[in-house]
Amino acid sequence: MEALLLQVLSGLATGGIYASLALAVVMIYKATHVVNFAQGEMAMFSTYLAWQFIQWGLPYWGAFFLTIAVSFVGGVVIERAVIRPFEAHDALLAVVTVFIGLFLILNAMAGWTWEYTLKSFPSPFPAQAYLGGYLSGHQLGLFGVVLATLAIVYAFFRFTPLGLAMRAAAENPDSSRLVGIRVSWMLALGWGFAAALGAIAGIMVAPLVFLEPNMMGFVLIYAFAGALLGGIDNPWGAVIGGFTMGVLENIMGVYVVGTELKLTVALVIIVGVLVVRPSGVFGKAVVTRV
Amino acid sequence: MNLGWRTLGLLGALVAACLLPFLLSDYRIFQLTLVMVYAIALLGLNILTGFNGQFSLGHGAFYAIGAYTAAILMAHYQVPYWATLPAAAVVCLGAGFLFGLPALRLEGLFLALATLSLAVAMPSILKYRGIAELTGGVQGLVLFKPDAPAFFVKAGLPLNQDQWLYFFTLAVTIVMFVLAWNLLRGRVGRAIVAIRDQPIAARAMGINAAMYKSLTFGVGALYAGVAGALGAIAIQFVAPDSFQVGLSFVFLIGAVIGGIYSISGAVFGAFFVLFVPHISEGISRAAPQAIFGAFLIVFMFVMPVGIAGFLRLASAWARRRTHRSSPVRGEAP
Repeated sequence: MEALLLQVLSGLATGGIYASLALAVVMIYKATHVVNFAQGEMAMFSTYLAWQFIQWGLPYWGAFFLTIAVSFVGGVVIERAVIRPFEAHDALLAVVTVFIGLFLILNAMAGWTWEYTLKSFPSPFPAQAYLGGYLSGHQLGLFGVVLATLAIVYAFFRFTPLGLAMRAAAENPDSSRLVGIRVSWMLALGWGFAAALGAIAGIMVAPLVFLEPNMMGFVLIYAFAGALLGGIDNPWGAVIGGFTMGVLENIMGVYVVGTELKLTVALVIIVGVLVVRPSGVFGKAVVTRV
Repeated sequence: MNLGWRTLGLLGALVAACLLPFLLSDYRIFQLTLVMVYAIALLGLNILTGFNGQFSLGHGAFYAIGAYTAAILMAHYQVPYWATLPAAAVVCLGAGFLFGLPALRLEGLFLALATLSLAVAMPSILKYRGIAELTGGVQGLVLFKPDAPAFFVKAGLPLNQDQWLYFFTLAVTIVMFVLAWNLLRGRVGRAIVAIRDQPIAARAMGINAAMYKSLTFGVGALYAGVAGALGAIAIQFVAPDSFQVGLSFVFLIGAVIGGIYSISGAVFGAFFVLFVPHISEGISRAAPQAIFGAFLIVFMFVMPVGIAGFLRLASAWARRRTHRSSPVRGEAP
């Protein structure tokens, strides 16, 4: 029983990372109806930036916030420069291909600049264990950071005029344009927020998995699974789905299929959800007019 | 006239393909063999994604299944190498069809997601301890390179192993391309394209879209599987880590850059993905990947139809210029 509790708690901690990345995925999906396959690599690149800032002597939290700011700008720039030309025509092949191109470029640039060797990433939280030894300081800390981030994101979209404008642009672009919202720029801002969220996820996961160019590969798959489980158009669902995936990953890995097949769990969930209930647990079904 | 030129060009290419193994080093022959292997795999992706509009980021997974089918049959059951190809084809057709069935319900983007997760999970499935006796686990399986049949030596044409494998692959490649051409130019091919362009109208015309889509998925996987089996025979080795998700990306890159809406594009794409890394590897370990990524994005901006599509447009343009004086009309746009 205690072992199970341990798995659940540490699953919730890693689930927080999946939840933030899933939220980033959902943000872009809601605004543009595409899933950003390069989300994980953007997060990885941001994490390398944070590592570099710390190497240059910045204090941890200074590097943390600077990275978030730089990632935000980077996300906006990527949207403006690379994604926007494909905004107008509805060519899925083109958009997904561009995402894959982005994925490869970011991955290669990180490898080129910082080499492919594993790097350890510092944690700002105390190393001792908490809650009767169930959680490490870092796990508890990252849980707090993720919850704080989610609260800020919620407050932003719920209470600020800009957040309202962004929601409106995603929900109904044509009417938003009529009331004077610059929809195209709202999409760019959405990319910025998604990149910033990814940066937080990357910085928080790096002390657990070591920094290397491919570190976000499996995190992104779990985030996708979480987002789909919760409903890809529902931010709350994505967050809950992300946490669920963290717990599920641990429990399935330890008790059911073994650690080797943990990724297969994500595959089964992705395919299963898509087949049984494509809108996810909390999403609403999409109805198209013929 | 037009057909004549095309036939001449194909014949020229065939003659060149038959002469090359006697002029090049064994390593170059091996590389060209791999180009053909990749061309077969890319052709499968072109049929699936280009012609049928079903997005697959998991083509490498079916390539892996084909490679492992061939390797397991050769290593454990002493099946001759040529007999593993039909086996790999059947296994992958089945696997693709089964994966295609649930995938029917998925629209483009989510199909991409599902296939991507298949590609990501594939190495860990292959490493799974429960089937390690069969698959060789993390170490994989080592195979032997086939010798040329004895009658070639008797006929006074002693081929070495690399040359023989090249001709064997060439024959398979030609068969696969002719089959694809036949499949796509007829009734089935029109149905496949109709489902991509006008899914609802296609259904209204009486096309069983579900059946066609699953079957096309199966056929795409079949091509990947045959290519995988040939690749395993040529490289004489299979291991889980050769089939990472990057392989599926490489296939997508080859298909897009070669021209995903065409048959010949598969050949251009195969040359691109195999030779560009060789040229650029000297710069940095990361350079091939960066170049791939940059090419993908640039092609999507300026030439989304790929090399083959560009050549087609260019020849159509040239034809229009020569025909401008004559009043003959009716060229396809």
